[in-house]
Order: sequence, then C-alpha cells, then structure tokens
Amino acid sequence: MNGGYQIVVCGSIVPDPLQTLEPVAGPTGPALRNEMMLPAVLDPWAAHALYEAANLAKQHSGSKVWWVALGPKAKLQQLMMSMAQKVPFELVALDGTASGFSDSWEVAEALAGAIESIPELDRDRLLLFGGWESASRGTGVTMQMVGERLGITDQFQGVDELTIESDGSLRLLERVEGGHHQVSVCGSPPVVVGWATGRLPEPPNNPQVGMLNMRTVMPALQRAKLVQLSTEGLTFHSVDLPEQRRETRIVRDSSADEIALELVDWIKSD
Amino acid sequence: MEKIVVLLHTEPDGTLSRPALEALTVVRSLAADLGSEFAAALVGESVQEAAGLVAGAGASSIYAVEGSDFHHARYTSDAVALDALCRRAAADLVVAPGTSRWNRVLPGIACRFGGRIDTHVCDINVEGGAPVVTRWYYRQRMKARIGRTQRPWFIVCDPGSFSAFEGEVKEVPIEPIATPLAETGFKTEVVGFQKPAEGGQTIRPDAELLFVAGAGWTKMQPDGNARVGDAERLILSFLKSTRASLGGSKSMVDLSSEGQETLAFMTHLNQIGQTGATPRHPKGLSTCCHGEEPHVVGWRFITERRAVNLDPNCGWAQGKADVLYVGDAFEIISKVNELLAEG
Repeated sequence: MNGGYQIVVCGSIVPDPLQTLEPVAGPTGPALRNEMMLPAVLDPWAAHALYEAANLAKQHSGSKVWWVALGPKAKLQQLMMSMAQKVPFELVALDGTASGFSDSWEVAEALAGAIESIPELDRDRLLLFGGWESASRGTGVTMQMVGERLGITDQFQGVDELTIESDGSLRLLERVEGGHHQVSVCGSPPVVVGWATGRLPEPPNNPQVGMLNMRTVMPALQRAKLVQLSTEGLTFHSVDLPEQRRETRIVRDSSADEIALELVDWIKSD
Repeated sequence: MEKIVVLLHTEPDGTLSRPALEALTVVRSLAADLGSEFAAALVGESVQEAAGLVAGAGASSIYAVEGSDFHHARYTSDAVALDALCRRAAADLVVAPGTSRWNRVLPGIACRFGGRIDTHVCDINVEGGAPVVTRWYYRQRMKARIGRTQRPWFIVCDPGSFSAFEGEVKEVPIEPIATPLAETGFKTEVVGFQKPAEGGQTIRPDAELLFVAGAGWTKMQPDGNARVGDAERLILSFLKSTRASLGGSKSMVDLSSEGQETLAFMTHLNQIGQTGATPRHPKGLSTCCHGEEPHVVGWRFITERRAVNLDPNCGWAQGKADVLYVGDAFEIISKVNELLAEG
C-alpha cells in the first residue's frame, strides 16, 4: 500500500499466568487479591497481535504501529520496561482498570475514543489489531465493539495469518470449528483483526528499539487520560474458585502391561 | 415480560449444528422459567429444514434471512442479517450458540443495539424473575454468576455446556426478513477453507477422549536420545485407534515456533489451557505433561481425567487427575496401541 499501513493494536496487562489468583470483593465489585501487587504481563493474544503488527509494518515502508493500552498507569509503566524492547510502536495510554471484571462495553468505548483521538490516523490505511480474547475477561467481544464504534465492518477473529496480496488485498486465515481455517480475502483496509496465536515467535529484546520507544512511552504515560469504568447495570452475584481438588489415585508399581490394560478398559468403557 | 429470541445460523447443508441445538435447549428453559414465549431468527443459505425443528422446539414466531449471500460466515453479511432480524424481533434477551460464526459478529450487533453481551455462558438460571448466567473468568480459573439490567442482553452459550434439543419437526410459517445487501456490497469474500493435511486432522471436538501430549515426548530419553519420530508414530496410532482429539501443552506447541524439533502434526490449534482451548470431552488422558494450576485449565471441562507421568508429584496430575500412572509414556502407549489393535 502506498504510504504503508496505520496499525493500531489494542492490548493490556493480565496477571502473570504463573500467579495464583483469588477473587475478593472490592468496593466497586469483584477484584483479585493483591491485584496491584501481582506481576503482570501483556495479554498473550494481544502480544501476538503486537508482534504481527510490527512484522507487517517492517515489510511495508511508511507503516506505523500504535499500541493503545488501558490499564493502571504504574502497571503499564512496568510492562513497558520489557515490551518497549521488543518492537517499535507509539504508545497511547489510558489510565484505568485492566480488571477482567470490567465490562467490555465500557472498555470498547474507552478504546474507540482513544483511537479516534490519534491525530494523524487515516482510516483508509487502518488495520485495527488486538487479541481475539483476553486472558482476563475472556469474552472475545471487545475488538468487535471497538470496530463497530469506528464504523469498521470487515472484521476477522481468531486470525492466525494475514498476508498482503500483490493487488493490495488482505488474505486472512481465521480459526473455525474442528481445527480448520476459513480463508477470506478483503479488498482493502480498514479491517479489524482479532489475532489468535499467529505464526511469529516472541521477538528478542533489542535495546536500541527500547531506547527509541522510551522517548515516547514516558510522555504517553504522563498524559494518559483517566478512565473510570462503572460496570453500571452489571451485578456479580458470586465469584468463586472452582472446586477442583480430586482424590488422585497414584499407580506407582504396576508394569506397563498392567497399566495399558487398565487404560484400554477405561477408554472402551461407557 | 421479557421478549426472548434465539439467533441461529444453519450449516451449509441447511441443518442446525449441535451448538445451535444446545441454544434451543437453553432458550426453551429460559422462556419457561420466565413465563415467556420465545421467537427464533434464522440465517443461512437455506433455513426450511431448521425452521421445522425450531418450530418443534416451541418458537412462537420464526424470522429468517435466507439466501446464497448467507452461505458463508462473513462479518459484513452476517451483521446485515442480524441487524434486520434483531430489529424485527425487538427482544430483550437474545440467546445464541457460541459458534465461531456468531462469536465473530454478535458482539458488534450487541454494540449496534446499545446492548450488552456475555459469551462462554455455561449455565443460566432465573433468580428473582431475572436471568443469572454463569461464565468463567481469567482463563477458567474462577467462575462468576452475573446478572444485568441493560437490554438487549445477548447471552452466548458455550458449546458443550448444555444438552442438545431433540424433538419433532413441525410445519410453521416463516416470516422472511428483507436485507439491504445490494446497497451494502461486500469488500470481503470467503474463498475457502484450509484443513489439516490428510491424516493430520487431530482436532475432533466431538471425540469421547482428549489425548494431551506434553513436551516430555520430545525430551531426551534414558538412552540419551530424543525419540520424536517414535512419539509421532505412537501418538498417531493411538489417535487413529481411539478417534481421540489431540491437545498439546503450551510448552509443546511453543517448541515449533521456537524452531525446536517437535511433533509435526502439533500446532497452536491443538493447544489447551492458558492461551489455548478448554475443550469439553467426557474423558481426558494426559501424557508427559508437567505444570501447575495455570497450565491445567485445559483440563477444566474434562469429566474423567487420567495421566501418565514419570513424576508422581507432578502438579498437572496431583489433585487434578483421577488416576496418575507413574511410568514411561513411550512404553505404556505402545502397549495400549497393541491392545487396541487386537480389538
């Protein structure tokens, strides 16, 4: 595309998956115990979206990547210490909760507003990226709502591959049932792309990229707009950890033949 | 009284998928508990056959958008259809199956109507005259029961969470709903599907058994060598005999993107837990998997769980599996395959 793409990636923090999570009742609804203290990472699917965006931008000169993130400013700043070294981007930060218990409607409204406020955004070149679900709320609805609010009706979810054809059209592979991919061709931007895992590994840290990014990251964090999410109309009647402890029977001293026989009986049983 | 509609799409052959039939079960139950009727709205190239079943389920009205433009799942055309159907139905509660097609487009439609949407709903009850839905948060690590005052409220049911509706087919008039497709036009065309290569179809959502392979299959064995080729043969033979669905741990599927030797047929599509799927199968057998609670959310909806592992204290199995066999998976699965081959 002449002039390259303008790629906006939406994504924020989630608790490090290795952490033990426990729900507690907060003043405005459910929360996680010690939420602000929990180590956080970039939401895995959003991370894939960011890596794919950077890779696409690298291949098409004139392209630029914005990363729109809604989360507590302090936590975003911590996240940037590692993520800023991965790929080039310009941060658009929103200071608010990144809780999974927030409502996707309000999150989408905030994200769409932030995207609309990007001054030089050209919608005819816009690729709106994000994860197809988050690892917190996990609804898989926010990107579609952001797209609707921006008037983008060519949307793709569960995308594992996006290639630009010689005529400038976009070829996308979306996950559908049964481990298959639906293949679509879209004539031109703007599009919404909710990424699954994509095809790219996590980029190695690059201190030079980090230094370039940090010139804009800190000012972006300083001017981050405060976003209050109310979850009005949404009532959590309960939030519980599942009863998951099972009495595991440990079979230590059986031969492979004995174990195989027991397994086959089990597999064949109704 | 709440107005209720169930939104369904037909399959290419005009039938309803199992998730659609599950949504019918949900809407019937919800309507009965609320003392309401429910309408149905259908989208597809052909809806006649499905409409008969929906009528048999007790839908008071059936609206349909039908035609070749609606054969494929595509946001633009599906949004046009659903927009028209939702305007006609004017429902407060919208029930739908969580298929990939509806998951793509329903959030946008909810947004258009100023509504709210909850997906991956695995249970629904009526409390105090209002629906309360159950869904998981933080990758199946905690479960919440929620209610909403906003309407319309789109409730998208997680496939496999409910029983499928079975009933008589009835004759019923269908109200066709016109859509402004000609004016809209499509920038996107669905050009086909990519399926795994012959013999590589390892994801079977309807399988009785989920077989989970962990990264241990690719590690150095007691003889000092990795036996990835042997692992592939054993696992494929097992899958062929049992018709099981294959899942992989995150560490396993990440090996391929990190350029390490791994099972040729194992992709990110197979991944369960964390950033993977949480499939629903009656039985699950994990082999060579290691990890703690965050890694085992892929187990969450497996009813009977067994594991084969060299470590009796493995966090993947302790307290999470019903039975843990301490042993060499290569040896055990090889014996299992022999027994299965004998019939």
